[in-house]
Amino acid sequence: MSTNLVEIRNLHKSFGKVEVLKGVNCDLAQSDVVCVIGSSGSGKTTMLRCINMLEDFDAGTITIDGEAIGYDVRDGKRRRKPEKEIARQRALTGMAFQQFNLFPHLTAMENVTLGLIKVKKLGRDEATAIGERWLERVGLSSRRDNYPGQLSGGQQQRVAIARAIAMNPKLMLFDEVTSALDPELVNEVLMVIRDLARDGMTMLIVTHEMRFAHDVASRVIFMNEGRIGEEGNPREMFLQPKTQRLAAFLKSSSFN
Amino acid sequence: MEPTSFLEHIWIARWPLASGVGLTLIISFLAIVAGTILGIGVGMSLTYGARPLRWLVRGYTDFIRGTPVLVLVLASYYVLGTIGLQLGPFQAGVLALAVFCSSHVGEIVRGALQAIPRGQTEAAKAIGLTFAGTFIYVLAPQAIRQILPAWVNTAAEMVKASTLLSIIGIGELLLSTQEVIARTFMSLPFYFLAGALYFLINFGIESLGRLVERKMAVQS
Repeated sequence: MSTNLVEIRNLHKSFGKVEVLKGVNCDLAQSDVVCVIGSSGSGKTTMLRCINMLEDFDAGTITIDGEAIGYDVRDGKRRRKPEKEIARQRALTGMAFQQFNLFPHLTAMENVTLGLIKVKKLGRDEATAIGERWLERVGLSSRRDNYPGQLSGGQQQRVAIARAIAMNPKLMLFDEVTSALDPELVNEVLMVIRDLARDGMTMLIVTHEMRFAHDVASRVIFMNEGRIGEEGNPREMFLQPKTQRLAAFLKSSSFN
Repeated sequence: MEPTSFLEHIWIARWPLASGVGLTLIISFLAIVAGTILGIGVGMSLTYGARPLRWLVRGYTDFIRGTPVLVLVLASYYVLGTIGLQLGPFQAGVLALAVFCSSHVGEIVRGALQAIPRGQTEAAKAIGLTFAGTFIYVLAPQAIRQILPAWVNTAAEMVKASTLLSIIGIGELLLSTQEVIARTFMSLPFYFLAGALYFLINFGIESLGRLVERKMAVQS
C-alpha cells in the first residue's frame, strides 16, 4: 500500500497523430500542492483533464486513493469503465477551469449546491448550509443570490472554486484559473487557493503565475513536450534550474 | 344597410365559423405538440446521435424542410393510402403538419444545444453529473431559453400552415370561411374577418411566448 494519494504512471495521450503526453509519471501525497508550469502545448492542461476523465487517455494508469481511474484492465484488455462509474470517479476530484464555466441560469448558491443535491443526494437544507460555508470562505456570502452574469470575473472564479470544493473532493485541479482574469482580479482568486493550501487540500495547479507557484507550491513540475522535464521544490527550480529548457522557459516568462 | 347585413351574416354563420376556429386551434395544437416532441428527438439525435443515426435524421430534416407543406399534406393524404396506410383527412393533415413542425423544431433544438459552450458540459461532468443529469439540470434549461423565441415563431407558422388542410376538405377556419362566402358572396369582409381571427390566434401565441420568456429570463 503506497502512501500517495495520486499516482500517475506512464500516461500517454494523443490527439489524432499528435502525441501530447508521452509517458508522464507523477505522484501526489496527501496535502501536496503541486504547480505545473511549462509552455503552451507542453501537455499541462491535458494531463489535468485526463485525471478526471474529461479526456480519455490512451495508455498508462491514474490512481486516486488506490482507485484506478477511467479504465479496467481484465485479461490484459483495457476497457473504459461504464459512464456512471466514471461520473462517480469524477466527483473524487474537483476542477476549476480557465473560463470559470459557471452555470449562467443558476445563482451563485445554486451553482454550488447543484452537485451536492443531484450528485451527493443531500437535502436542500444541508446543501445550502454547505454552500453558505463555502461562499463565505471565498468571501461571497453577500452574492449568493446573484447570477454569474452579475458577478465580476474574479467573483465568478471564486464561486466556481467554491462549487468544486463544496463536493469535498480528495484532490483539486486548477486549470489556469487566473489566465482569463483582468490583472487586478488575479489576486483575489490566488488568495482563495493559498487559503485552501493552508488547509491541507491536495492540489494540482496548472499556472502561468510563476511568483504564485514559487510561493505556494510544495513542489513544481515543469512539463516539456509531453514529458516531465524537471521537478523539485520551487526555490531550487526557479533559482537553479537544472535543464536548459527550464532555464529558457523561466527567462521567457515573467519570473525573474 | 351594408354593415348591418354583414353582422347579420356573421351571426347566421357563427357556428360554422366557430367550428372552423375550433378546428384550426385543435389541428394547430396537435401538430405543434406532436411536432415539438418529435422535434426534440430530432434535435437530440442530430446533436448527440451516433453517426449513422445523425445522417438518417439529417436526411429526414433536410428532405422535409425542402418540401412545400402543401406537398406534404397531399402526400400524407393521397400517397400514404397507396402503400396501405389510409388515413382520414384529419389524421393525414395533422401528421403532415406535425412532420413539418418536427423538422423545424429539430433544427432549432440542435442549434440551441450546439450553441451552449462545451465548458458547461465539462463543468457539469466535473462535479460528477452523468449525461442525463448534465442534460436535465445544465443543458436543457439553457437551451429552452434559447429555443423559445424561435419555437413561438414556428408555432405561429403552424397555425398559418393549417389553412392548407382546406385542400383535403378539412373544415378549418379558411374552408368554413370560404363556405360562408359561397353562400353570401361577401368575399372581402369575410376574408378580412378570417385574417383578423388568424391574427388574434397568433397574437395570443406570441403574447404567451413573450410572457414565458420574461418569466424565464436570467438577470445579468
